[in-house]
Amino acid sequence: MDIWVLLKQTFDTEEKITLVNGNIDDTGVKYIVNPYDEYAVEEAIRIVERQGGKVTVLSIGPEKTGEALRTALAMGADEAVLITDDRIPQDEWAIVHVLTAYLTGHKPDLILGGNFSVDHGAGQVAIRLAHQLDIPHVGSITKLDITADGKAVVQRDAEGDIEIIETAIPALFTAQQGLNEPRYPTLPGIMKAKKKPFRQLTLDDIPSFSWDDFAARTSRLELSLPPARQAGILLKGDMHEQALDLVRRLHEDAKVI
Amino acid sequence: MSRTLLTYAEIRHHQLRQVSFEAVSAAAHIVQDQDQIVTCLFYGSAEDPAEVERYAKELFAHGTKRLYTIAHTDLETYHAEAYFQAFHHVVTTVQPHVILLGHTALGRDLGPRLASAFQAGQLSDVTDIQQQGEHIICTRPLYAGKAVEKRTIQGSPTRPAIITIRPNNIPLQPVQDTTPSRDVVALPYTPPTLRSIVREVVRKTSGKLDLSEAKIIVSGGRGVKSAEGFQPLEELASVLQGAVGASRGACDAGYCDYGLQIGQTGKVVTPEIYIACGISGAIQHLAGMSSSRVIIAINKDPEAPIFKIADYGIVGDLFEVVPLLTAAFRDLLQKQQA
Repeated sequence: MDIWVLLKQTFDTEEKITLVNGNIDDTGVKYIVNPYDEYAVEEAIRIVERQGGKVTVLSIGPEKTGEALRTALAMGADEAVLITDDRIPQDEWAIVHVLTAYLTGHKPDLILGGNFSVDHGAGQVAIRLAHQLDIPHVGSITKLDITADGKAVVQRDAEGDIEIIETAIPALFTAQQGLNEPRYPTLPGIMKAKKKPFRQLTLDDIPSFSWDDFAARTSRLELSLPPARQAGILLKGDMHEQALDLVRRLHEDAKVI
Repeated sequence: MSRTLLTYAEIRHHQLRQVSFEAVSAAAHIVQDQDQIVTCLFYGSAEDPAEVERYAKELFAHGTKRLYTIAHTDLETYHAEAYFQAFHHVVTTVQPHVILLGHTALGRDLGPRLASAFQAGQLSDVTDIQQQGEHIICTRPLYAGKAVEKRTIQGSPTRPAIITIRPNNIPLQPVQDTTPSRDVVALPYTPPTLRSIVREVVRKTSGKLDLSEAKIIVSGGRGVKSAEGFQPLEELASVLQGAVGASRGACDAGYCDYGLQIGQTGKVVTPEIYIACGISGAIQHLAGMSSSRVIIAINKDPEAPIFKIADYGIVGDLFEVVPLLTAAFRDLLQKQQA
């Protein structure tokens, strides 16, 4: 099995967001592998442990993203590819244009990614890529089995309902929480990761990449912080009184019930 | 120049989803001059015609001018390839400038494939939409709402702008009382060769509201202590006709399903009332619920960070407070009905 995992590096979910000159400040911010992508990495490693093959983690991002890829290598992925180029705009069409060009000539059996990234949260890239590569996809999976006759049977979380879907391979899947419990990198894993193949490329290193039709389809006008919420009223009295008081306030003051 | 604005109407448990009307309202937000708002609706061939009639009526009342329908056994439940085929056909027939879908399990899955097929841009999880000259400007959260961006997108009949809207955010336009022109157009469907099959759908939610669309959410954290500990929360939610959610702490501890998780991982929700029970208020949880209209916190620890953002706080044991609240709400609602 030749398995590729799409990976993004994101802020730790416990980080606060602050702006400096209208941009997000990353001073002192802790970065992590996007949590949903971590499930994808874990699943890919498990499949290869069961039935052999190779896991390649692929990312587009600044040089710093190398740390996240090294984490995936330390978990057990075999190779990493990082595409770093300031000319790639923050737009899903453009990003997928690059990924499609890079993967042309490769023949992945499976592509795994996260359900969405916890920073921009659009959840477009993986599914768009499936379309560009003309392979089926199932989004938001919580279980993945490869059958003896070379198909995939997955469970998809559809807002609480579970769809059991059988699909031909090659295919692309995006990981939802509950798919697995990602392992922590071990010390020997971290040592080994340093010797694993790690390629860093720019657009100039991708032969199939074309500047035609590369333009971003969307662009950012403005970035801001939401209005801060203020602490409200702490109710008083015994619990019974507080409960009645709350219901009254919701009805009379807030008028939400 | 007149444009066609196409929305998608999504059926769930024999009802049109609220977000489908919000999509029509979002189209009405950006409508100009001779622009036409049209909607498409897909369903299985066994669907009751009376139900389809009702859907059509509701959509016309909300502002849809023409309804395109496709009926086929392939479309009985969501299937990525079948729905893509149907939607692709609608788009090539209708040639819309803009396509609006709910940012639901279906919209998240279908939107990006359509966008790719038409080499188009897409803005996902949009909470506000405006037209400024040639540009459509969408507001969308980043980092689950810790920041907000405005992005611009343009659409054309060959490259429509695709927008998925977050449920519970676009205000509904007033329902129109006009006699709807019964403009329903049935489109054909050519079954594609499917590379995947939906073997089974396990309905775990029948009748239950999806968290993203719930007006009231009762949510539990580590303080709930066990799976059984969610019982009083379920009762409160049921009296309020709301939904039950959870923090990551409660999910990680195995008290409930990950499907209930609210936060930066999990779901982002914007209900009218959010009742946080035994939730301390970690940053990643706050990201998922801070845009709720009214936040109520119940926690034993007066220092819990959740109180810093709550409109109303009760310092106390949730197992004592929640049943009292359930009783008090039940009394109020009964009085209102009487």
